[in-house]
Amino acid sequence: MNHIETAVEFSGLTRIFGDFTAVDQISLAVGRGEIFGFLGPNGAGKSTTIKMLCGLLTPSAGSGTVGGFNIMTEAEEIKKNIGYMSQKFSLYDDLTVEENINFFSGIYRVPREKKRERKEWVLEMAGIADRRGALTKTLSGGFKQRLALGCAILHEPPIIFLDEPTSGVDPISRRNFWRLIYAMSREGKTIFVTTHYMDEAEYCDRLALIYRGKIIAEGTPTALKQEYMERDVLEIEVEQVVDALEVLEQSGIETAIFGSVLHATVTDAGQESQRIRESLVKAGLKVVRIEKIVPSLEDVFVTLIEVS
Amino acid sequence: MFERIKEMVVKEFSQVFRDRRMKAIIFVTPILQLLIFGYAVTTDVKSINTAFYDLDHSYESRELGRRLEASGYFIITGTPSSAKEMGDLLDRGKVLAVLQVNKGFGRDLARGVPTEVQMIVDGTDSNTASVAMDYSTRVINRFGKEFGTRAGIQRVVKPARIDLRSRAWYNPDLRSRNYNVPGVIAIIIMLTCLLLTAMAVVREREIGTMEQLMVTPLKPVELMLGKTIPFALISYFDMALVTTIGVFWFDIPIKGSIPLLVLSTAIYLLSVLGVGLFISTISRTQQQALMATFLFYIPAVLLSGFMFPIENMPVAIQYGTYLNPLRYFLVIIRGIFLKGNGIDILWPQMAALLLLGVVVIMTSSLRFRKRLG
Repeated sequence: MNHIETAVEFSGLTRIFGDFTAVDQISLAVGRGEIFGFLGPNGAGKSTTIKMLCGLLTPSAGSGTVGGFNIMTEAEEIKKNIGYMSQKFSLYDDLTVEENINFFSGIYRVPREKKRERKEWVLEMAGIADRRGALTKTLSGGFKQRLALGCAILHEPPIIFLDEPTSGVDPISRRNFWRLIYAMSREGKTIFVTTHYMDEAEYCDRLALIYRGKIIAEGTPTALKQEYMERDVLEIEVEQVVDALEVLEQSGIETAIFGSVLHATVTDAGQESQRIRESLVKAGLKVVRIEKIVPSLEDVFVTLIEVS
Repeated sequence: MFERIKEMVVKEFSQVFRDRRMKAIIFVTPILQLLIFGYAVTTDVKSINTAFYDLDHSYESRELGRRLEASGYFIITGTPSSAKEMGDLLDRGKVLAVLQVNKGFGRDLARGVPTEVQMIVDGTDSNTASVAMDYSTRVINRFGKEFGTRAGIQRVVKPARIDLRSRAWYNPDLRSRNYNVPGVIAIIIMLTCLLLTAMAVVREREIGTMEQLMVTPLKPVELMLGKTIPFALISYFDMALVTTIGVFWFDIPIKGSIPLLVLSTAIYLLSVLGVGLFISTISRTQQQALMATFLFYIPAVLLSGFMFPIENMPVAIQYGTYLNPLRYFLVIIRGIFLKGNGIDILWPQMAALLLLGVVVIMTSSLRFRKRLG
């Protein structure tokens, strides 16, 4: 295998907790410089996988490398080459911004002459240069998130693991955060990110969908939409969404609520839309519109999960 | 390695000194405990409330009562006129002792006929009771020698209904404070060290920074040292604080060698830090750590000889105390403070403590590493 091109790869990776298989023989390869999105609902095994790759959890079975180092035997080397940030934004709340940076800088053995420069970089990146003396607990979610990221990559690791990095952060901060991730990816860093936000998944170069410990789909966002959505998606706007859902499910049509509308997955949009309209009207519901749409990743996701 | 440990220690100190609760544990608790044991909790027996049940009303009986009071150990606070009233005073705890002088005491004394007085002591608090009996014996004997020149007074001390177990008093003339303060130092170090170590580790686990640290190249041994060195230093600081106040405020003597004290404290801290780490491996939350700390701390203090002598405990429990680091350290610290013992006398305790410490810290480290892995 080519270590220059592959940043993370693993096969047969398994983790069993008691009689529960959290991660079940999954295999993946992530290329250098890629933004790789690891998607799945809560409890699907995303965090467990990331923890095994970072050396926080020992795999029950399987093999793999991170940055060319064996995950079973070279955890110490891996730790020098990765940055890891979890959804908890693990910082010391009772230390100041600057103290947090200094501490992690020391733990990562950032060379003395680079410490200052890296500190300023983090403060700048997180946009908190003027709050360096403030206690970390006084920062808002978005700033804390970026500071946590900064502290996790003080040592400029080539591979960055982000475990639901945007949970609990407002939309603008999320957008800014992704801008940062893009910038880092352009610098050649590999980013392995888990999320359950579908809009974020669209930002990734490649995706893997994990469900109940197994990878059920893999590919670029576009490929996933094409490959896994051979059927059409109809967006149905009705006044009584819940009643309509019931009607459609009774007539055997795969339907899910998307905000205020329904998405029905059908084999042929042209034929089915008329049939759907009729059955809804017959049930006494008022149909505002039915149209064929380009499926979103969320549609793909819902379909894939329903299939498995 | 040193760089990282230094970072950990610096961080730990910044956190501790920014946390009100931690600061209270470090500064307030030791001083408070010292003041309580220095002033309030005294096992010295004096001013025992005593009833004088005088049926004789003679010059001699009144003189005996006066002598008893003059000794300084007894204060006559009641003069019951009937046996029922006397019993009542004891029952209600108004008095702890009763001196009963029967009719004919003065007459018999004058005649030189052997006579009796009765001292009844409330044996509920066995320590005080036995001391009171000792003191009264002395007073009455002296009185008897003086007044009974023509004949002896036979004195009978009848204990109250409760069985009195006499206890070998450490040193009746010594102020109990001198005995308590070194012990207080030992238990303060234990509490501070246990609490701080267990809480600091568990807190990191709670807020998720432990996980964050585990993905850094920080080695488990560095993490462990970084988490224990600050609290060992703080424990030393507390020891110095309490000792200074003890010596300069309460006039507690240090007869032995201070370097020996410092050395044996280091040995003692091995076990205490070990237990603290162990607690951190079995606790998920800070509340659990707090509970576990006290679950260990209270029996450790009660079964150490700090308040109750180990020799008085059931044999099985006596064997159990061999696993209690405080047991050894109390002997060492009291020996150094009060008796001026050197290593020639204290080495068995020190060796046992060292062995215990090494075993505890090794076990805890292994568990700690495993828990991280």
